[in-house]
Amino acid sequence: MLTYTDFLLAMPLFSLTVTVLLIIATEAARVGRARFSQFLAITGLLVTSLLAGLNLRESGVAFQGMIATDAASSYLTILLSLAGIVTALVARPYFEHRDAHRGEFYILLLFAIIGMVLMASANDLITLFLGIELMSFCLYVLAGFERTKDKQNESALKYFLLGAFASAFLLYGIALIYGSVGSTNLDAIARAYAGISNQPLFLLGTAMLIVGLGFKVAAVPFHMWAPDVYEGAPTVVTGFMATAGKSAAFAALAIVMIRTFDIGGSTTADVLALLAAASMVLGNVVAIAQTNLKRMLAYSSVAHAGYLLAGVAAGTAEGFAGVFLYLTAYTVTTLGAFAVIGWHERTNDEGTSLDDYVGLSQHQPVIAAVMALYMFSLTGIPPFAGFIGKYYVFMAAVRADLTWLAIVGVLTSAVSAFYYLRVIVMMYFRERDGEHIPLPRIPVMIALGITAALVIVVGVLPSTVLQLFMPAM
Amino acid sequence: MFSSLLSLTIFLPLAGIVLLLFMKNDHLRAARMTGLVVSLATFAVSLALWTGFDVENPAFQFVEKVAWIPSLNVSYHVGIDGMALVLIVLTTFLTPVALIGTWKSIRHRLRDYTMMVLALEVGMVGVFAALDTFLFYVFWEAMLIPMVFIIGLWGGQDRVYAAVKFFLYTLLGSLLMLVAILALGFYASQQPGGQFTTDLTVLLNVGPRLSAGVQMWLFLAFALSFAIKVPLFPLHTWLPDAHVQAPTAGSILLAGVLLKMGTYGFIRFCLPLFPNASLEAMPYVAVLAVIGIVYGALVAMVQTDIKKLVAYSSVSHLGFVMLGIFSMTEEGMQGAIIQMVNHGLSTGALFMLVGFVYDRTHSRMIADYGGLAKVMPVYAVAMMFMTLSSIGLPGLNGFVGEFLILLGAFRSVALGSVAYTVVAATGVILSAVYMLWMYQRVFLGPVREGGKYHGEFVFDLDKREIGSLIPLVVFVVWIGVFPGTFLRISAPAAKKVVTMIDQVRRGDLPRVASAGTSQVPVGR
Repeated sequence: MLTYTDFLLAMPLFSLTVTVLLIIATEAARVGRARFSQFLAITGLLVTSLLAGLNLRESGVAFQGMIATDAASSYLTILLSLAGIVTALVARPYFEHRDAHRGEFYILLLFAIIGMVLMASANDLITLFLGIELMSFCLYVLAGFERTKDKQNESALKYFLLGAFASAFLLYGIALIYGSVGSTNLDAIARAYAGISNQPLFLLGTAMLIVGLGFKVAAVPFHMWAPDVYEGAPTVVTGFMATAGKSAAFAALAIVMIRTFDIGGSTTADVLALLAAASMVLGNVVAIAQTNLKRMLAYSSVAHAGYLLAGVAAGTAEGFAGVFLYLTAYTVTTLGAFAVIGWHERTNDEGTSLDDYVGLSQHQPVIAAVMALYMFSLTGIPPFAGFIGKYYVFMAAVRADLTWLAIVGVLTSAVSAFYYLRVIVMMYFRERDGEHIPLPRIPVMIALGITAALVIVVGVLPSTVLQLFMPAM
Repeated sequence: MFSSLLSLTIFLPLAGIVLLLFMKNDHLRAARMTGLVVSLATFAVSLALWTGFDVENPAFQFVEKVAWIPSLNVSYHVGIDGMALVLIVLTTFLTPVALIGTWKSIRHRLRDYTMMVLALEVGMVGVFAALDTFLFYVFWEAMLIPMVFIIGLWGGQDRVYAAVKFFLYTLLGSLLMLVAILALGFYASQQPGGQFTTDLTVLLNVGPRLSAGVQMWLFLAFALSFAIKVPLFPLHTWLPDAHVQAPTAGSILLAGVLLKMGTYGFIRFCLPLFPNASLEAMPYVAVLAVIGIVYGALVAMVQTDIKKLVAYSSVSHLGFVMLGIFSMTEEGMQGAIIQMVNHGLSTGALFMLVGFVYDRTHSRMIADYGGLAKVMPVYAVAMMFMTLSSIGLPGLNGFVGEFLILLGAFRSVALGSVAYTVVAATGVILSAVYMLWMYQRVFLGPVREGGKYHGEFVFDLDKREIGSLIPLVVFVVWIGVFPGTFLRISAPAAKKVVTMIDQVRRGDLPRVASAGTSQVPVGR
């Protein structure tokens, strides 16, 4: 039985779908008007986040238990829409510069967001899988969006092959869990969890699930694809999949592991803690050796997956909140950083190396300042967003008796300071003799303004954000 | 929030930063004036704190508490006792002095520079005012950002190396403190009826009840962060680089205030939160402090660069402060607090004086000078005065601090040996050796190259430079002659810590083994 509430709870999904259909229709009718598609996409995303905002205080299950809407999922919808808006803003200048601005970009972008929203509001492993696949297929295509470029083709193909592999794991895991529980519904699994949590079949299923989702979030040892794909994909796409893609996957992971499985203190939590530690160490250490900024941020995103996994491994409500807060901080910061990289990148893909940023502060002090802001935030220096995110997940870890993980976390943060600081050293402490790059166009400036403001607001007033997805607090 | 004086002192410089945002880097005068006016206004507000401070009251004053992040139980909680007040006023005093003293030395990106100095001031005052470990950590870490820019953008030859080293060194130390802060909050939640908290006033009741082992690792995590900042031997290696490469104002604030944050941290956090661990660690810390005193002095003696000499002298002087703190006596603690101020004044002044001559000749090498007293008589007098202050001539400030510290260490029951005092006292002699020897080589003897130094004719100090020195001179004499003015204010704070430690040492406070929290659950 479909009721009125079902539709109300799924409103953001509908608004996204309607927007996509509109864009497809206008694209079909009037070829070559990518700008209009951009306008539609941004409007649609704004409406979606507004609808999700109205749903923040609602919670319930819709469509026969396939979808669950609550504060967390609504909040994540807003965050994903924001990521979509920022990406759409920077996409036009980026692709127009490369003569590759086409309306399909926004269609794929919105379809990916639909998948992500579905993941965040999944109440059934099948819905979760559908969401992941929808997101992944769009991202595969987006990674090779400029189809004439070899590097992007390579990126897309690599992503597709490894992603398909991961999906198979995921599906197999779902099948095994279904085998042991007799249902794919998360509520049913949660009810059965206490009785079956030590069954080999169920544990094997959980392991497969972790492998599959581990691929999507790029956690060690399933991170191999990330550097190549991140480097090869168009920068705006990299920024989008590094933030929105990771957010959705982590939301799914947190929902399954913490809300459904209640893994706190179990062997599963220990495994996740190990993966977290490995991701932090490997991501941060290898990032030091990178000379390309996109690649460096790819490894840094592996490290951030580690910090996020620490929140999941804590397995508590605090860990859950920590993951969401960290995702917020990470998303706004990284989106901004990739917007700067996209602006700085030349059409021939040059300009992403660390050396290209030498003396940027002399020519573009404002851009250099916001980039420095993002770098400090990623390092976790207060009073910026990245710090509060780290504080929260580390607190969750310490309180869940994973103090060792928090110590690994802070030590690797110190390591990360080295390469983030290097960007600042390049921009500020070295003299420039290279070419002068003009200021970014207005949409990029808006995107930078939004993200930079959020980096500060989330850092200084985290409770305003926390209240959004934790109504009780 | 701004209705209160203390918050105003902390955040007033932010107003200056906002104003400066609307200026251009080439509007030199506007930027300088804004910086000066704002920092003077901050100083004025902090003086209002001084006059409003009730010396008799040992509790924290000017307390403000506003819920900040309810879900983390973090509040914006600030308040000061006598020690914090003295250090805050030192900060707000040194900032305008540093700006006047380096009025013309910086031209490159002057607006950004002034912004960074003001941002630094926010962080420094905030650190001394914070009564919440989270808030403390925020100020403590946020300060790295302006400092790394000050060193890296306006520093000397090897500024990038020095800036990165400073940043990484201090960050590594403080990140472990972050885990300790979290763990402390966690242990607070384990107390009967307790909840996760970072409020210092609550934690002060939690920390001393923890088992010795837990106290020790928390102590070490805090102490590492503070010891790097002090810096305690052997963690001092960042200091010579940072000090020498930083521009003059950076060096003044680095030596004058930033180092004090480490020693302040020991008194405010390490000792009262972890008294058992502090007592256990005491002999080791005291030994390191004494080594620092002698080592710093010996290394200072062989320096060929005046600024580096002053930098190493800081290692030695801060060793005294650490010895005073870990003597766990009232005299020692009082001496340590007054010595923090003294070092801020004298070393700040010395860095400024080195900066004056560097502005003229662009050389800091002792070998490039000689006979400077005949060419720059006023400068020579000023340098002599500060040199004497630094080596502790009776009647000037340095003597009061060193005397109290040595007295405290000598009488310390806790330390239990006069050996510390004996060795530390040689540091006093050595400081006279390296300072006076430097003075002799730079100022006495024949005039070089017909009055040219490093290829430049030098002129004596101008009115602005003299003007920036006068306030420092006034306080140097004031503390030397009437130390009571300042000792009176910090006395309750010092007494409180010492009494508490004393009780723990004699076993009057419930020792941990008997307290309920010793069984902190391991595992779930």
